Amino acid sequence: MNAILETKNLRVEYRSREAEQGIKLAVDDLNLSVCAGEVFGFLGPNGAGKTTTMNVLLGFVNASSGSASIFGVDVRQPIARQRIGYLPELTYYYKFLNAEEILRFYARIFKIPRSQREARIDAVLKLVELEHARKRLIKTYSKGMQQRVGLAQALINDPDLLILDEPTSGLDPIGRMKVREIIQRLKNEGKTVFFSSHELGEVETVCDRVAILSQGQLKVEGRVDDLVQQYQCNLEQIFLKLIGHPVS
Amino acid sequence: MNNAFAVAGIVIKEMYRRKDFYVLFILTALITLAMGSFKLFNDDRIVRYLKEICLLLIWISSLVIAITTAARQLPAEKELRTIFPLLAKPITRGQLILGKFLGCWLACGMALLLFYVFFGIISGAREHQFPVFNYLQALWLHWILLAVVVALVLFGSVVLSAVSVNVTISFIVVVGILFVGRHLNKVALQLTEPAQSIVYSIYFAIPHLEFYDVRDLIIHDLPAIPWKIVILAGGYGACYTGLFLFATWLIFRRKALN
Repeated sequence: MNAILETKNLRVEYRSREAEQGIKLAVDDLNLSVCAGEVFGFLGPNGAGKTTTMNVLLGFVNASSGSASIFGVDVRQPIARQRIGYLPELTYYYKFLNAEEILRFYARIFKIPRSQREARIDAVLKLVELEHARKRLIKTYSKGMQQRVGLAQALINDPDLLILDEPTSGLDPIGRMKVREIIQRLKNEGKTVFFSSHELGEVETVCDRVAILSQGQLKVEGRVDDLVQQYQCNLEQIFLKLIGHPVS
Repeated sequence: MNNAFAVAGIVIKEMYRRKDFYVLFILTALITLAMGSFKLFNDDRIVRYLKEICLLLIWISSLVIAITTAARQLPAEKELRTIFPLLAKPITRGQLILGKFLGCWLACGMALLLFYVFFGIISGAREHQFPVFNYLQALWLHWILLAVVVALVLFGSVVLSAVSVNVTISFIVVVGILFVGRHLNKVALQLTEPAQSIVYSIYFAIPHLEFYDVRDLIIHDLPAIPWKIVILAGGYGACYTGLFLFATWLIFRRKALN
């Protein structure tokens, strides 16, 4: 299968705020490839380099060396982001807008023709079950509703690749279930999903393949079933073992 | 340009949904109406004083709106993290800057139009005359000045760390240029080297915002400025605006957003 997201020897360094620490390595020689149609879990403890990798993939941060591409296009080119949807870990949107207005704004950036724009907005609002609140200002939304607006904006362009940074973080069990259902539905539609999460049970349920990152280095990459068979334990125990945490 | 206009639309929406503009407009309107209702010593010149004060209030209000609106644009995007979902879309940082500029400038233009229409109605009601061309020229030149100010403040927002610092420095720079900009060459003549060269350099480098202050045109009902000069002033303002926006882009394009 074709890799639609690829990093080659990706390295990200940044200057630490503490003078004595000097240069800090956030991502070290990362090689990843995500194929079309798969749900890929990107795992690692806090500070492992997951968000930094995502920031490089989205063009927010430049790599110190190596390369990253999406659909074969260098991530530094804005056109690479035409077919992707992104949900940040913390969802903050323009609070003076309502859901409809924010989606219309993003649809315009994706150059979705005016004739299709409203139909697309209706479809994503229906998918995330926010039709009833479409005219309400975002500042009046609960956290779960804001997360769902986030998902709606990530889906507005009907993306082929979704990059989700901890999509269920801070959500209640119902909210988590809904997000999981949406990911499952997208998978059934043949979309590619690349997401980071701390919820290993959730990852085990929805992911085809996972990569575990620790201190910027890729510890393992493979199919969930294969890893479980290889290590003879569940994903949580594999994770703890690989990051060097004692397993009880 | 589509992306820049989309961003501009959001800036304009933000402005009319915030209360800052309404507060300034109501304050200006109340002061002007209160002063307009007085009849001091049956003096005919009172209308001129009234116009002078009202125009001064419009100038202060427009600068407050332009500087505070432009100063918070990019820092607020970063602070509230709205920049992440936005830049994850096919939009360049240059388009974002251009959109922010256009949004602020157009929003200021709309506010300015409202202020001038209100001012025109009040002064027209007292003087029974409407020098339309004078008003149009004053409005246009004032708007060009705001373009330079907005671009300058956007540049400040990528260079300076805090919004409050940017607002304060921008106010000092703009008011400083308006008051002393035109006198710098005379000051330079009285200095010795190297201070003379430094002051001369500043005189030639700064945008001379005082060119756009044509309040006397309205206050004293002076003949309209030749349109050739008005167009030249527009070109001069556009050059500085372009320069500041280019410098903003140069710094912002490589900035890491994590």
